Amino acid sequence: MNTIVETKSVTKIYETSEMKVQAVDQASIQVEAGEFAALVGPSGSGKTTMLAMLAALLAPSAGEVIIDGHDLGKMSDNQRVQFRRERIGFTFQANNLVPYLSVSENVDLMLRLNGIFTPANRQRSRELLERLGLGERLNNMPNQLSGGQKQRVAIARSLIHNPSLVLADEPTANLDTERAFQAVELFSNLIHEQNKAGIMVTHDLRMVRYVDKVIQMMDGQVVRIIDDPEEICTMAGVPVTPTLPAYKAAYSPTLN
Amino acid sequence: MSLYLSFKEILRYKGRFFLFSLVIALITILVLFISGLAEGLANANREYLSKLDGELLVFQSNVKLSTLSSRLDSSTLQKVKRIPGVADVGPVGLSSATLVFEDNREDVDISLIGVEPEKPGGAPAREGSNLRLKSANETVIDGNLARSSDLEVGDTITVKSIQGTEEEYYDLEVIGISDGRQYFFQPSIFVSMEVWEKIRSQAAAGGENNPIAYNILVSRLQPGADPEAVASEIESQIDDIEVSDIETAYKATPGYAAQQSTLNTQRGFTLLIGILVIGGFFQIQTLQKIPNIGMLKAIGTGNLTVGMAVVMQILMVTVFGVVLGTLATLGLAALMPAGIPILFTPLTTLAAMLSLTIIGPLGGLLSVYLAVKVEPLMALGLSQ
Repeated sequence: MNTIVETKSVTKIYETSEMKVQAVDQASIQVEAGEFAALVGPSGSGKTTMLAMLAALLAPSAGEVIIDGHDLGKMSDNQRVQFRRERIGFTFQANNLVPYLSVSENVDLMLRLNGIFTPANRQRSRELLERLGLGERLNNMPNQLSGGQKQRVAIARSLIHNPSLVLADEPTANLDTERAFQAVELFSNLIHEQNKAGIMVTHDLRMVRYVDKVIQMMDGQVVRIIDDPEEICTMAGVPVTPTLPAYKAAYSPTLN
Repeated sequence: MSLYLSFKEILRYKGRFFLFSLVIALITILVLFISGLAEGLANANREYLSKLDGELLVFQSNVKLSTLSSRLDSSTLQKVKRIPGVADVGPVGLSSATLVFEDNREDVDISLIGVEPEKPGGAPAREGSNLRLKSANETVIDGNLARSSDLEVGDTITVKSIQGTEEEYYDLEVIGISDGRQYFFQPSIFVSMEVWEKIRSQAAAGGENNPIAYNILVSRLQPGADPEAVASEIESQIDDIEVSDIETAYKATPGYAAQQSTLNTQRGFTLLIGILVIGGFFQIQTLQKIPNIGMLKAIGTGNLTVGMAVVMQILMVTVFGVVLGTLATLGLAALMPAGIPILFTPLTTLAAMLSLTIIGPLGGLLSVYLAVKVEPLMALGLSQ
C-alpha cells in the first residue's frame, strides 16, 4: 500500500479579533494511491477547510499534513506553490477554466506551468480529451461548452501533469443529475486507472457510489470513515451488487 | 508563461483591448500635440538665437538680457574683440518691420535683423549667397518666409517701416535663403548693419545719421576656450555689459518661461489623466478576473507569473496605443496648414512616447498589487 495522503491530528483554527472558530479538529485520515475518497458532511463541518489544507492552500494550526511523503507544514510559501503545481490536480465547483483559453489550451496550461509542454505530452492531452468525449471541442472556448463539458475539461486538466493527488471540490454542484453521475464516474475511472489518490468533497451522497472510502465530517471532526463497499452503496442509495464490486474489481488495485 | 497568458487574453478580448488602445492613442495624440506646440512655440521664439554661430552673447547691463532693450556701441565691440579667447565678434541689430507685396499676397510681419557680413550673428545662406556688401540693398531671408510667401533668390521684396510718423518702403533683393531663423514668432530677414540702421523703424526720421547702436554682440570663441572663463573676462574688463550663453539668453526672452511652464503643466496633467484612465481600466479588468486569478494560483501559478502577466498586458496595450497615437499625430501634423507653430522633433516625440509608455505600468500598479494579493483559497470559496 502506498499512502499518498496522511493527516495526523490536524487542526485548523480561524482567528479574528472578535472570535475563534475551530474549523477542523484533530482530523486524521489516510488515502492510498489508487483510492478515491469522498469527504462528506453538512455545511460547516470543515470539509472545504480540510481540502484546502490537503491542497497546500492553508497551513494547519496544529498536526501534520503529509502528501506523497512531504510534510506540507515544513514548506515555504514558494515551495507550496510549486508542490501544488507539480503534485496536485484540482477541479473546483466553479470558475474552473481560464475563459480566454480554448479547451486544449486549458488542459495544456498545467503542462506549460510545469515546463513539460512537449509534443508527447501534448499528444497525451489530446488523447485524454478525446477519451473524455471532447475531441471535437478542442478549439472551443469555455463559454461554448455545457457545464458537464467544462467539468470534463477540468478533470483532464487535473490529471494531465501526472499528479500524486487529485482533489475535487463539489465537482457536481452545478450539474444536473445525469451529468453529475457521468462526471464523477469518469473521475473515478481515471483515478483508479492512473493509480492516483483522489479526494472529492461533496454534499451529494448519491455520488459516493463511485468512491472507495467515505470520510464523514461533523463540526470539524472526522466522525466516521467507511470503506465497506456495502455500507457505501447503502449510503449512496444503490444496490450493492453487481455495480459496485464489479466496478471496484475492474479499477481498484487495492481490491484485486 | 506570463507573456503567454497576457497575449492570449488580449487575443481573446481583442475588441475590448483595441478600444482601450484607442483611448491611449487619443491621450498620446493630445500629449504629442501639446509637446509639439510647446516645442513649436519655443522654437518660434528662440530659433534665431539657438542657431547663432557663436557661444556668448553680450548685452548692455541691467536690461535683464532683453535683446530689444540692450544698446551697445562700436567701442564695446572693439573691446570685446580684444579679449583673449574671443575669435570673432559680430554686432546684431533687432527690430520689426512688415513685408508688403504688390500682388494679393498678405503682408507679413518680420524680424528685421542687421548683421555684419561674414561676422557671427548672420544666417548662412542655404540657397544663393551670403551677405557680402555693407551698403547694398540685399537680404538673406529665412527659409520659413521663402516657403510661406513663395519667395526665391533674385526676387525683390519691399519692406515697410515707420520713420518718425511716416510709412517708408524699401526694396531689397533676395540674394540668399537661410534655414529657419524665426525670432519673436516672426520670420526673419537679414540685412547689413548699415541697411538695417537705414530702414529700421525709428522714432524720428533721419536716424541714420546717428552712430549705430547695436542690440547685442555675438561672440565666437577660439577652439578650446572655456566659455565661462571668457564671459567672466569680458565682464571684468568692460563696464556696463552682461555676458550670457545662448540658452540663458533665450530662456530670458519675455514670456518664454511662462509659456513653456504653462504648456508643460498641460502636458503633465494630460499624463496624469493618462495614468488615471489606464489605472482605472486595468483595475476594473483585474477586479473582474479575481475568481479566475484565484483559480490560477490554486493550481500552482506563482505571484511573479500573475503579476508579470498584468504588467505585460498593460505594456502591450500601452505600447500599441502609443504607436497608434504617434502615427495618427504625425499623419495629422502632415495635414496641418503652415503657420501653426507645431514642431515635432525626434527628441521631444521620443520623450513624449517614453513618458506615455511609462505611465501605463505606473497606472496599472494597483492592478498588479490586486492580482498579486488574490488568495488562491478564493478558488474554494474560502478566504483567510
